[in-house]
Amino acid sequence: MKRSYDVIVIGAGSVGTPLSMSLAEHKISVLCIDSNSSAGQGNNKCAIGGIRATHSEPAKVSLCLHSIETFRTWKDCYGDDIGWFQGGYTYVAYDEGVASLLKGMIPKQQARGLNIRWLGPDELKGIVPGINPHGLLGGTYSPEDGSANPMESNYAICRRARRLGADFLFRERVTGLNITGNRIAGVRTDRGEFACGAVVNCAGSLAKEVGALAGVDLPVEPDCHEAGITEPVQRFFNPMVVDLRQSPASANYYFFQYDTGQIVFCLTPEPPILGYSTQETSSFLPLIASRMVDLYPRLANLKVRRTWRGNYPQTPDGSPILDNVGPENHYIAVGMCGQGFMLGPGVGDLLARMIAGRLTNDDAAIARALRLERPFSSKEALK
Amino acid sequence: MSPADARGRITRHPIIIPPEGRRVEFTFNGHVMEGREGEVLSSALFANGIHIFGHHHKDGGAQGIYCANGQCSQCALIIDGVPLKSCIVPLKEGMELHSVEGLPELLETDPPDVNAPEIHETDVLIVGAGPAGMAAAVELGRTGLKVILVDDKDRLGGKLVLQTHKFFGSVADCHAGTRGIEIARLLSEQIAALASIDVWLEGIVLAVFSDRTVGIRLPEGYRIVKPKYLLVSAGAREKFLSFPGNDLPGVYGAGAFQTLVNRDLVRCAERIFVIGGGNVGLIAAYHALQADMTIIGIAEALPVCSGYLVHADKIKRFGVPIYTKHTVLTAHGGEHVEAVTIAQVDDSFRAIMGTEMTFRIDTLLVAVGLDPVNEFYLKAKEYGMNAVLAGDAEEIAEASAAMFSGRIRGLEIARALNASTQEVKDDWKEKAEILKSPGGKVHPYRVPERTEGVYPILHCNQEIPCNPCMTVCPKGLICTDGHPILGLPKFDGVCVGCEKCVSICPGLAVTLVDWRKSKDTPTVTVPFEFGEWILSVGQEVTVTNREGKPLGTAVLREIKKPPGTPRTLLLKLETPADIANRIVGVRIQDPAKLHAEAEAWSVCTPDDAIVCRCERVTAGEIRDHLRNGLRDLNELKALTRAGFGACGGKTCKALIVRICREEGIPEGEITPFTERPLFAETRLGYFSGRKQVE
Repeated sequence: MKRSYDVIVIGAGSVGTPLSMSLAEHKISVLCIDSNSSAGQGNNKCAIGGIRATHSEPAKVSLCLHSIETFRTWKDCYGDDIGWFQGGYTYVAYDEGVASLLKGMIPKQQARGLNIRWLGPDELKGIVPGINPHGLLGGTYSPEDGSANPMESNYAICRRARRLGADFLFRERVTGLNITGNRIAGVRTDRGEFACGAVVNCAGSLAKEVGALAGVDLPVEPDCHEAGITEPVQRFFNPMVVDLRQSPASANYYFFQYDTGQIVFCLTPEPPILGYSTQETSSFLPLIASRMVDLYPRLANLKVRRTWRGNYPQTPDGSPILDNVGPENHYIAVGMCGQGFMLGPGVGDLLARMIAGRLTNDDAAIARALRLERPFSSKEALK
Repeated sequence: MSPADARGRITRHPIIIPPEGRRVEFTFNGHVMEGREGEVLSSALFANGIHIFGHHHKDGGAQGIYCANGQCSQCALIIDGVPLKSCIVPLKEGMELHSVEGLPELLETDPPDVNAPEIHETDVLIVGAGPAGMAAAVELGRTGLKVILVDDKDRLGGKLVLQTHKFFGSVADCHAGTRGIEIARLLSEQIAALASIDVWLEGIVLAVFSDRTVGIRLPEGYRIVKPKYLLVSAGAREKFLSFPGNDLPGVYGAGAFQTLVNRDLVRCAERIFVIGGGNVGLIAAYHALQADMTIIGIAEALPVCSGYLVHADKIKRFGVPIYTKHTVLTAHGGEHVEAVTIAQVDDSFRAIMGTEMTFRIDTLLVAVGLDPVNEFYLKAKEYGMNAVLAGDAEEIAEASAAMFSGRIRGLEIARALNASTQEVKDDWKEKAEILKSPGGKVHPYRVPERTEGVYPILHCNQEIPCNPCMTVCPKGLICTDGHPILGLPKFDGVCVGCEKCVSICPGLAVTLVDWRKSKDTPTVTVPFEFGEWILSVGQEVTVTNREGKPLGTAVLREIKKPPGTPRTLLLKLETPADIANRIVGVRIQDPAKLHAEAEAWSVCTPDDAIVCRCERVTAGEIRDHLRNGLRDLNELKALTRAGFGACGGKTCKALIVRICREEGIPEGEITPFTERPLFAETRLGYFSGRKQVE
C-alpha cells in the first residue's frame, strides 16, 4: 500500500465504493478507507435493494437513471450476478391526496426521461395479483426501475475497483485531516497517515462528523428505519410496492420480491426516530405486518426470516449534497437520505468527473441543484 | 395395528409405554396415510416410512430430518398449502401434506387464526422449561413472584422427557437413580402446584428487543413480554461436523434421534453408526439398543471415550464396538445415507490413509458435543436487561447440574427482586460445581476373590458425581473414603441380598454374587434394561466382563421385576464359579456380525462437505474465500449466502469458526456474524393478528 494518493475516499459504502471505482476508471490513484472490516458494512448492508429513478427532484431522477444503467448492465459487462431484477416500482393510491400527488409528478419525471405512467385499479391488480381491491384508485408504474442485492453489488463494485488499481483499507478510522492553507495535504487515521491530492467525504451516517474535520458544517442527521426479509417463495409479483399513506406511528412502507424469491420490506417511522441506533425494536413487526397484510392479504402466510435496523442520513430537503466546499480539494457526497444504494453509481461517476475536471453541462446542472449552499426548500416528495 | 405401524413404530419398549392416540388419516403427495392425532407430522411420516421431505431449490439435494427440534428448517413440508416445519406441527385429521420441491409457491390461503399482539408484564420470564428452567421456576414460584415459564415444546421437561436412563448425581440433591422422564414429571407437578407460575407451552421466543422486551410466538398469537428479570435456560444445541455426505437424510444429531425414538416412539432406524463417544453419543447408542435397533459401531477421535467410563463400558458389554482414535471420512448415499467410511486418526486428528473401513448403515448419528443456546442472554445484556443464564445455556454439563444451577439462579433472582431473604448456601454452589464435573480419576479395577456368602460388587472405578448405591443400601454398607458424591463406592459388611444397589445404579455397574445355594454354579444378579421379550428363562447367554470381553456363557434362571425401581429388570444368572465375580453384563448383539465391508468405498474430498445446510454452501467454497484473504464473516455471508438461510446460522456459524481455526487464522482477525432476529421464521399473520381476546 502506498502512503500517497491522488484521492482519499472516506467510507467504503454505497457511495464511496462506486466512487473509488469511477476514480480508478479515470486513472486517478485512490485509497478508500473504512473503519468496518469490509466494504458495505455500514448502511449499505442495511439497504433493502430498491433502485428507482422515480423521484420528485429532477436531479435525482437523472442520477438514478444513470445508476440503473450500471446495475442493469453489470452482469453482462463484468460477469458478477448482483441480483438485478427489473420489476419496476408502483406507488399505489387508496386516497385522492396520494393519487393527485403522484399524478402531478408524472409530467416532470417523464421530462427527465423516466418511463412512468398511471395505472388504473384493474391494471394495477394485474401487476400485483391479489392486492386489496377495496378503495384502490390506481398507482404509478415505472417498469424500468428495479432492484439488486446491495451487498453483492457493493462487493462486485469493490472487486472491480481493486482490479482497476484502487486500494481499500479496512478496520482503520480517519481521525483528522492535515490542512495547510486552504488545502488538505493528508489524512490521519488511528494507525497512520496518508498524503493526498483530494479528499471525498462519503461517510454516510457519519458525514457530519467527518465534515467537521474539514471545518465544514453539513446538515446531515441520521434517523433509524427497520427492515425485514422473508423466506423465499416462487415469484408472484414483480414491482416494488410503495404505500405513501400515513398511519399511526408510521409514514410510508414498501416491499418487493428479490430475484431469489424473498420479500424484503421497510417502514418509515412517524415521527422520525433520530440517531444512529441499529438495534431492533419490538414495535416494528406488528406495525408493518398489519399494513402489509391489509394491503396484500396473501402475505399473511409468508414467514419473516430476519429483521434489522439501519440509518438514513437525512438532509433537510430529502436530496443528497454533492459539492466541492471548504478546503479547495475537499469534496462531499453525503446525505443520501436512505437512497445511497440506488444513487451510488450515478453519484460516483459524477463526483469522479468533478474531481477529474470533466463535468458535462448536465452534470453541472445536477451539481448546482445538489450543492451545499442551496435553500433546501423544495422537498423530495418520494422520500 | 396396521402393517405400516409395525414397521415404522416402536410398539414395545422396556422403559416407555408407547403413547395411545386416535388414528387419523392424512395425505402425503396424494397418498393416504395414517398417523396418531397430535403427533408431529415429521414423526407421522417417519412412521409411514417417509424419510425424504423434499429437495433443495439450489441443487436438488434431498431434505429430511436434521434437528427434529424446530431449530433448522430441513423438515419443511407444504402443510395445507403453507410451507412449515413439520417437526413442530401436530397432526390433525385430513391434513394435506406435500413435499417441498424447489421454492414453494405462496398460495392464497387463510391467514393464521390468531389474536392481536398482546403486551404482558411479569417479574421473571424463564426461557426454556428443561431441568434448569423448571428448577428455577419452582424456586421463584415459592416466593410468589409472577413467573412466565415459556417453552417451545408441547410439554414441560425439555430434554428430560427423552432421558429414559437413570440419572447420575446425588439422590438428595437431584433425584439420582431416577429416570429423566420421571424427574420431568416430578418437577411438572411442583410447578402446577404453584399459582404464580404461568406456563406458556409451544411458545417460541423470536427475539429480545432493544426496548427490553421479548417477542414470543404462541399458537394463539404473538406476545411481547416485559420482564423485570430474564432467565435464559434454553439448553444447548448439538455441534455438527463437516464431512462429505453430512447433508444426506439419515445423518442427524443424537438429540434428534432421541426425540424420534423416546418421545415419538418412531422406528426411525435399523442400523446405526454413532460419531462421538461422549456421554450424548453413548446414551443415544443405549437408547437405540433399548428400541431394538443395531448399533454398528461408535467412532471417537480421542484415544478413550470422553464420556463417563461406566457409560462406555456399559455399551461395550452389550456388544457395541467402539473405534477410538477414529473419525468419519464420508457418508455415502444418493437420496439417503447407505454407508459410512471411517478411518484412524494420528495424534493431530488427521485421517491415516489406508485405515479406512466402510459399514452399511441407514442412520449416522453425530454426537460431537454441545454449544450453549445463549443468544437471548447476550442480546439482553447488550440491551441492558437484567438477565442470567442457567443450565446448559450457561455451561454444558449433566442435567443434574442444570437443576442445581436453576435453583441457585432462581433464588438469586428472588433476592434481587426483594422477594426472598434466603441466602444461597455455599454448599449449594459447591454441589453445583461437583455435579458439573466430567469423569475424573480412574482407579485400578479389582474384583473380590470371595467365593462364599452374598455380596454386591461395585464395578465402578472412575470418580464421577454419583452416589445412589450409597444412599439406597438399607444397612449402610456402601460408603466411600473419598468425596461423599465423587468418591468411589466401597462395600464392606454383611449383605442382606436386597438387590437395591443393583437396580438403582445408573451405570448398571453393580452385580450381586450369591454362593449360598451353590459353590459350583453361583447366582449372579445383573441389571437389565432391555425388553424382557428378547430373552427367555432357561436360555444360555453370553456374559461379559466390565469392558465387554466375553467370559463364557451362563444360564438365565429368572427375570425379576424389582419393586421401587420401575422397569429395571434383574437377571438371575447361573454361572460358572471361576467367572462369577467378573461378570458385569449380558451381551445383546454379536460384534462379529457388525463387520465392515470387504473393501473400503472411495471417499470424497473434505471440500465437498456441506457447511451451511440451509443454503447448501460447501467447506470448499468457504476455504477458497478464506485463502483469498477474506476475514469478515459478514462478507463471507454476502458472497456465499452461508448463514442467510432459515435457521440463521445455528449450525454453520460454529463450523465456519472451526474452518477458520483449521486454516490457521488467528481469532482476532475474524469479524464475526452480526446477530439479528428472528430466532425462528414466523408468518407475518402472527404480527398482524386482529382478533381480540374474548
